[in-house]
Amino acid sequence: MTLEGNGQGVKLTKKDFVSDQEVRWCPGCGDYAILAQMQKVLPELGIPREKFVFVSGIGCSSRFPYYMNTYGFHGIHGRAPAIATGIKVCNPDLSVWVVTGDGDGLSIGGNHLLHVMRRNVDIKIVLFNNRIYGLTKGQYSPTSEFGKKTKSSPMGTVEAPVNPICLALAAEATFVARSVDRHTDHLAYVLERAARHKGVAFVEVFQNCNIFNDGAFEPFAGRPVKDDRMVVLEHGKPLIFGKNHDKGIRWNGTTLEVVTLGNGITESDLLVHDEKRPDPALAFLLARMDYPEYPVPVGVFRAVEKPTYDELVNAQIETAIAERGRGDLEKLLRSGDLWVIE
Amino acid sequence: MTEQTSTLTTIEPEARPQIVELETVTVRFAGDSGDGIQLTGTLFTNVTALVGNDLGTFPDYPAEIRAPAGTLPGVSAYQICFSSQDVRTPGDQPDVLVAFNPAALKVHLPDLPEGGMILVNVDAFTEYNLKKAGYTSNPLEDGSLAKYRVYKIPMTTATLNALREIDLPAKDKERCKNFWALGLVYWLFDRPLEPTLRWIETRFRKNPAIAQANATALRAGYAYGDAAEMFTVHYRVRRAQIAPGVYRKITGNEALALGLIAASQLAGRPLFYASYPITPASDILHELAVHKNFGVRTFQAEDEIAAMCAAIGAAFAGYLGATGTSGPGMCLKSEAINLAVMVELPVVICDIQRAGPSTGMPTKTEQGDLLQALFGRNSESPVAVVAPATPADCFFMAIEAFRIAIKYMTPVILLSDGYLANGAEPWRLPSVEELPKIEIRFRTDPNGFFPYLRDPETLARPWAIPGTPGLEHRIGGLEKQHITGNVSYDPKNHELMVKLRAEKIARIADDIPPLEVFGEPEGKVLVVGWGSTYGAITSAVEHWQKKGASVSSIHLRYLNPFPHNLGEILHRFEKILVPELNLGQLALLLRGRYLVDAIPFSKVQGRPFKISEIIDRIGELL
Ligand SMILES: Cc1ncc(C[n+]2csc(CCOP(=O)(O)OP(=O)(O)O)c2C)c(N)n1
Ligand code: SF4
Repeated sequence: MTLEGNGQGVKLTKKDFVSDQEVRWCPGCGDYAILAQMQKVLPELGIPREKFVFVSGIGCSSRFPYYMNTYGFHGIHGRAPAIATGIKVCNPDLSVWVVTGDGDGLSIGGNHLLHVMRRNVDIKIVLFNNRIYGLTKGQYSPTSEFGKKTKSSPMGTVEAPVNPICLALAAEATFVARSVDRHTDHLAYVLERAARHKGVAFVEVFQNCNIFNDGAFEPFAGRPVKDDRMVVLEHGKPLIFGKNHDKGIRWNGTTLEVVTLGNGITESDLLVHDEKRPDPALAFLLARMDYPEYPVPVGVFRAVEKPTYDELVNAQIETAIAERGRGDLEKLLRSGDLWVIE
Repeated sequence: MTEQTSTLTTIEPEARPQIVELETVTVRFAGDSGDGIQLTGTLFTNVTALVGNDLGTFPDYPAEIRAPAGTLPGVSAYQICFSSQDVRTPGDQPDVLVAFNPAALKVHLPDLPEGGMILVNVDAFTEYNLKKAGYTSNPLEDGSLAKYRVYKIPMTTATLNALREIDLPAKDKERCKNFWALGLVYWLFDRPLEPTLRWIETRFRKNPAIAQANATALRAGYAYGDAAEMFTVHYRVRRAQIAPGVYRKITGNEALALGLIAASQLAGRPLFYASYPITPASDILHELAVHKNFGVRTFQAEDEIAAMCAAIGAAFAGYLGATGTSGPGMCLKSEAINLAVMVELPVVICDIQRAGPSTGMPTKTEQGDLLQALFGRNSESPVAVVAPATPADCFFMAIEAFRIAIKYMTPVILLSDGYLANGAEPWRLPSVEELPKIEIRFRTDPNGFFPYLRDPETLARPWAIPGTPGLEHRIGGLEKQHITGNVSYDPKNHELMVKLRAEKIARIADDIPPLEVFGEPEGKVLVVGWGSTYGAITSAVEHWQKKGASVSSIHLRYLNPFPHNLGEILHRFEKILVPELNLGQLALLLRGRYLVDAIPFSKVQGRPFKISEIIDRIGELL
C-alpha cells in the first residue's frame, strides 16, 4: 500500500484524495457521504494516486471528479462510459471510475451504459440514484416512481421507472451491487468490492437529494425501519432480515416469498445468496424485490469473472504482433500491386 | 469535347485488327448490382495502373445492398479514365460503355457522346428485362442507337459455351460473365491478363472450380475480341510520363487509413480509432481493423457520440485518438467535438461527406458539411479544418491533421467526401523518411504544472496523461480559469478564454504552407476550390490557360484557418469563381472574410463536377 508510482513510499490516507476545490453540493446532500466513503476506500487499495481517473457526465453527482485529488474528467451529459472506455482501452493500468446520476446514466446516457456493461470494460460505475434531476432543479427522472409529482409532472408522471439493477443484470454486468449513501460502512464495503473487481462494476447508490426529493428512500432505508424493510445480500448466506433476524426470503418454486422463521420454517428453507451464479436470472428476481411487498435488497447481486474488453482488445494487438511482426510502415505502404516508373 | 476524352475512330476493315494509339480513354462498366461491376472496374483499374497509365476512377453504386435485379435503381457503375497524360478526374463522359443489361443502358446512355462505343450483352435484352427497364421497344433493334457504335455481344451464351467442360451449376457459370466481358475489354485496350489471373487464383484459392471458371471466362472474352472479327481495331494507351518512383493504386479511404497509421508511427504513439459504421466512411474502419500489428486499436462504438467520446478518452490517455463518420454522424458528434475544444485535447475527426441533409443520398458525393465543420457547434468553437484534394492526398492530410492536432492541442476536422473516398488514383509512394515528423512532449514535470498553462508560441496547453505522478488534475467542459483550469464563471475570464481558444487556432496559419497560384499570379478569373473538386477545376483552368485566357486557380487544403496569403491573392483578380458541390458555402466565407465578390458555382446532384461544366462556366466569365 505504498505510493510506488511517485517513489515517496508513503502510505496514502484519505487526505491525499481530497482536492483543493471547495465542495459545492447543497448542505445535507447525500453526495457528501458518498464522496467521503470513496476517499476512505481508495487509500486502502494499494494503488498509487496517479493511477486513478474519475470520469463523469453532467449533474450534481457528476461534479464528483473535481473534489477528488486524482485525474479527473467532467465530460458531457451521459457520455462518461464512452470517455472512460477510450481511457481504459488505451491505458489498462489505470483504475477508471465513472460517476453518474440517474438522469445522466439512465436517460441521456442509457445507451452507453448498456454497452459498456455488456462489453465488460474494466471500469467502476457508481450511479448516484436520487430519483430526480437535481442540477436542473427538480424534474422527474427515469427512476422516479410512477405518479410522481414534480415540476415537469404536475399531475404525476405517467412513465414507468427503470430499475437500474435490473438493467445492469440484463446487460450481464459482471459485478452488480447496491448501497445507500447513509449506510456508510456498507457503502464502503461495496465500493471496495467494486474497486477490486476485475471487469465492469456497477454500483447503484440510493442518494438523498434533500432539496428536490428529500426522504425518497426514508420509507425503507431510514434508520428506524431499515432492518425490517431492507435485506442485505451476502454471498453464501441465507436471505435473513428483520430487527430480530426472524424474517427471510424463500424460493417457492416460481417466485420469491417473504416468510417468518418459526412454525416449521427454518433457515435451511431460505434462499442462499449466490453472487457467483453464472446466469443472472436469480439475481434479477432479487433485484425486482421492492418495498412494500418485499424488503429492498442491498449488497452484491452478482460478481462473476469474465475476460474484460480492454484485456481482449489488447490481447488481439499482441497476437497480431506475434503473428505478423511489429508493423513496418515502409512495408505497409508498399503492399498491394506496385509498379515502377523509371 | 474536353482534353481528357478522345473519340475512338473506326478504321476500314482489314484482315487482322490493328492497334491504334490513343492518348486518353474513358470506360464505364454498368450493370446490375449483382453483376460484379465494382469488382470488374477495380480489376480493370489495377491492370491499367500496372501498365503505367495515369488514371482516375469513379465507382457509382446504389445505396441498396441488393436492389431488385434488372431495375433502374439497381444499376451499379464504375468509370475509369486512363491516359498517357496527366489524369485528374475519372473523365467527363465515357468513350466506351459496357452495358450488362437494358437498365444499365437506359441509365447511362445519356452520358455517352455521339459516336461513343457501346458493348452490350444482347442475351440480357429479353422482353422481360426490357420491360423492367421501362423500354417499350428494343433499343438494339428500333434504331434509337443510330448515333453510337453498338456492339451486340452474346456475353452470357459465350460465357456458358466457354465453360462447357467445367463442372459447375449453370447459375455459377453465368456469374462469370463479368470476367468474360473484362477479358474482351482487356483485348480491346491491349491489357495483359496475367495480373488478373493471379488475382483470381489467390482470391478463389479455396474454390478451385470457381477460380478455373473465372480464369477461363477471362481468357475466352479476350480470345473473342481477337477472333470474332467484330472489331476492326483495338487500342493502346501509352505509359504516362509521370514522375519516376514506385507506384500503387490507392483510394481515398485507403489513403486516409494509411495516413492515420503513418501519423501514429511518426508520433511514436498508438492509434485509437473509434467509429460507428456509416457509408462512405466504414472502409476506414475496415482497413484499420486489419492492421492491429501496428498497435492500432479500433473501437466499433454503439453510436457516433460514443465514438467521439472514446476518441477523446484515448487522447486524454495519451493515444492518437481519431474518429471517422459521414454527415449524419457528424451531427451526433457535435457536442463531443465541443468538449474536445474545451478540454483542448488532440483528436482527428474525419468526415467523409455525402449528399443531402439527414440521411440524404448515402452513396453519392457532396461538399455540404463545410459550414457544419466550421460552425456546427454551440457558442464560439474554433476547430482546425483541413481537406484533401485527391485520393492520395488523404494520406498526407491525415498526417497533417494529427501534426496540427498534437502541436496545438486541438480537435482537427478532416473533410473528405464520397468521391475521394471511393475514387482511386496512382500514388507515388513517399519514403518514410520524407514524411513530416510529429513531435510529442508529454508533460512529466510536476514543478509549476497547471493544466491550462500555455506554450507562448502555439498557445497549446500541456498534454499531461493519467498515470503521471504529481500531475493529477481535472479537466471538463465547464469554462475554466486561465492557467489553473479551475471551474470559473468570471465574465472577464470567460472572454479571455474564448479569445485564447480562437487565437490558438488562428496561429496555425503561421504553420501551414502558403497558397500557390496555378497560373499567373494576377489576372481576370481566379477559380477557388477546396477538397475533391481539385481535379476538375485544375483541368478546366488548364484548358483555358492553353487557349491563352487569363485564368488561374488556387486550391484550399486548409479551411480553418485559411492560409495567410489567401486575401492578397483574391484581391489580385477581377473575378472569383468558386465551384462547390453545395450551394456556395466557401463562397460565403470568402465574401465574409475578405469582402470580395466571390461567385458561387454550385452543383448539388450527388455527382462530381465534369471538367466541361467548369470550362463552360469560366467561359461565361471571360
Ligand atoms: C445535452 C444536455 N442536455 C441537457 C443538459 C441539462 N442537464 C444537466 S444535468 C441534467 C440532469 C441530471 O440529473 P441526474 O443525472 O439525475 O443528476 P443529479 O443532478 O440529480 O445528480 C440535465 C438534464 C445538459 N447539460 N446537456
Ligand atoms: S440539488 Fe439535490 S442532488 Fe443536487 S446538490 Fe442539492 S441536494 Fe444534492
